[in-house]
Amino acid sequence: MTTYFTKDHEWIRIDGDVATVGITDYAQSQLGDVVYVELPEIGKALAKGDEAAVVESVKAASEVFAPVSGTVEAVNVALTDEPGKINESPEAEGWFVKLKLTASDELAELLDEEAYKAFVETL
Amino acid sequence: MTMNTQGRPTAPGEAAVTATDTFTGNRALQIEEALLFEIGRYDVTGVDLDEPETFTPRLGKLARKTPIDLPGLSEPEAVRHYVRLSQKNYSIDSGLYPLGSCTMKHNPRLNEKMARLPGFADVHPLQPLSTVAGAVDLMAELGRWLLEMTGMTSVALSPKAGAHGELCGMMAIKAAIEAKGEPRNIVLVPESAHGTNPATAALIGFKVVTVPARADGTVDPEAVKALLSPQVAAIMLTNPNTCGLFERDVVEIAAAVHEAGAYFYCDGANFNAIVGKAKVGELGVDAMHINLHKTFSTPHGGGGPGAGPVVFSERLAAFAPLPFVRVTADGPVLVENEVALEGGETPFGRMVAFHGQMGMFVRALSYMLSHGGDGLRQASEDAVLNANYVRVGLRDLMSQPSGDRTCMHEVLFDDHFLDGTGITTLDFAKAMIDEGYHPMTMYFPLVVHGAMLIEPTESESKASLDLFVATLRDLVLKAKAGDTARFLEAPRFAPRRRLDETRAARQPKLKWEKPEPWSEAAE
Repeated sequence: MTTYFTKDHEWIRIDGDVATVGITDYAQSQLGDVVYVELPEIGKALAKGDEAAVVESVKAASEVFAPVSGTVEAVNVALTDEPGKINESPEAEGWFVKLKLTASDELAELLDEEAYKAFVETL
Repeated sequence: MTMNTQGRPTAPGEAAVTATDTFTGNRALQIEEALLFEIGRYDVTGVDLDEPETFTPRLGKLARKTPIDLPGLSEPEAVRHYVRLSQKNYSIDSGLYPLGSCTMKHNPRLNEKMARLPGFADVHPLQPLSTVAGAVDLMAELGRWLLEMTGMTSVALSPKAGAHGELCGMMAIKAAIEAKGEPRNIVLVPESAHGTNPATAALIGFKVVTVPARADGTVDPEAVKALLSPQVAAIMLTNPNTCGLFERDVVEIAAAVHEAGAYFYCDGANFNAIVGKAKVGELGVDAMHINLHKTFSTPHGGGGPGAGPVVFSERLAAFAPLPFVRVTADGPVLVENEVALEGGETPFGRMVAFHGQMGMFVRALSYMLSHGGDGLRQASEDAVLNANYVRVGLRDLMSQPSGDRTCMHEVLFDDHFLDGTGITTLDFAKAMIDEGYHPMTMYFPLVVHGAMLIEPTESESKASLDLFVATLRDLVLKAKAGDTARFLEAPRFAPRRRLDETRAARQPKLKWEKPEPWSEAAE
């Protein structure tokens, strides 16, 4: 499995033609304690850059954008009751959505882990 | 995801939790006030009513089957409850209130006296017009002052607050675009904008595109020009902006926006800084809301309803919503519906059922007339002077994100001066509470890390500002000297210690639950 990142602080883990999307540890640390998550409907077709989810911390609300185009195959319903999972385990249990890729060539535009780490260093 | 620099502790550290060790739970004369339902009992009442005689209710199945469970209190108990609650309030009347981007104005008591005149206080919006000529005259006069101060063409008095005014202005822009039959659906919003700006644009179907700020905290006209296209409907710009800076390229931005066929909405939240100094009509603004409750001293926050009149340039004047006051040679006429319209008047609709917040109109006009043009200008100058006095008093110890430059009515610091101390903006603000100050605005604007936005009221004396500056200087020195506990444990002297914001948001208690023994007692 390959993991990609974006400058919007999202991670994308590819397994076959399915991309699991979440926010990075840096993102959760900047947001502070997450208290609410709004997830998309299963089956929704998202173009790259569309709003995929909304995440709200004690003092900020942000959108999670679809980093690649795809159809929503699954959402992490556990986040609804336990949004704290995003703070505790942002890059594993705190995943947001699984997208079935519809334009896998977009993956080439994403960052690898090293490039993302270098980007965070500059912030 | 879009990233806000909001990271901060939202739960109290262990050191911050302590119990009060008094028998009553009170702290000296600060009473631990319970809810009315908890103070009250079901066997007493403050009202002496006769027991009803036996009667046959005619409610049938609709009759209530369980006790109504209203708590009983004697009159002194009820009076004490509300007086104690009122004493917990903090306001501009009790001390310096440095919230930035909020303009806590001095509220002269004269305004209150005028608003309570029966001829204004007791009018009803459905009264025949012939009986409220004075109120209509007042609305016309208030509108005249607002137009004179802004250099604009028409005014809608009815919007109820700032964001409602934004919506009104943007709806007029939408109507103007639709009247021209143009397919414009993009609104440009600088990243330092108030959150209500993009929300307003999105609410009425516009797509929001963010304009990045340049390093000095203002909007770069080149960045705006790069985003302009035949799809752009408007730009929403706050001037002075939320960093407390005057957008010095506003004229160039307005010209570029107009050249592209778009409109310029100005968020007037910070109009306080430029009243009597600059007419926004001359800066190229097409619509701007004016928070009477921020700029013209009507009560703010919990103190009373807001009022957000909107002024329009000639390009949008015809689209101003109903109702409006038409000024004629025979005096002002209140135009309440479509039937009364004349040629050239094409309102986009109406924002509210009636005419707006009459009490706020009276207060605002009272403030304007009692200050006069020169007094209003001086109030703006004093607001800017006070903010810069605070800025200069703190600049060697605290850090300014956009360099050391003159600000408008509010001064912005970031948290770099706390680097290495282990103390955050939040901790610093809580320590201010211990010193008897309401904290400044924290973590806004979002474009600045750990923002602290300070706006002293224009009526603060030099002595009051000196004490505030000295207090903050003392806190900064203590933070830098390693007196960390003072901050992490703060507030140490408030009725409640550090609150757990996360738990309050994740497990909110929105309803009072009756303890079980109580319900039995009530049977």
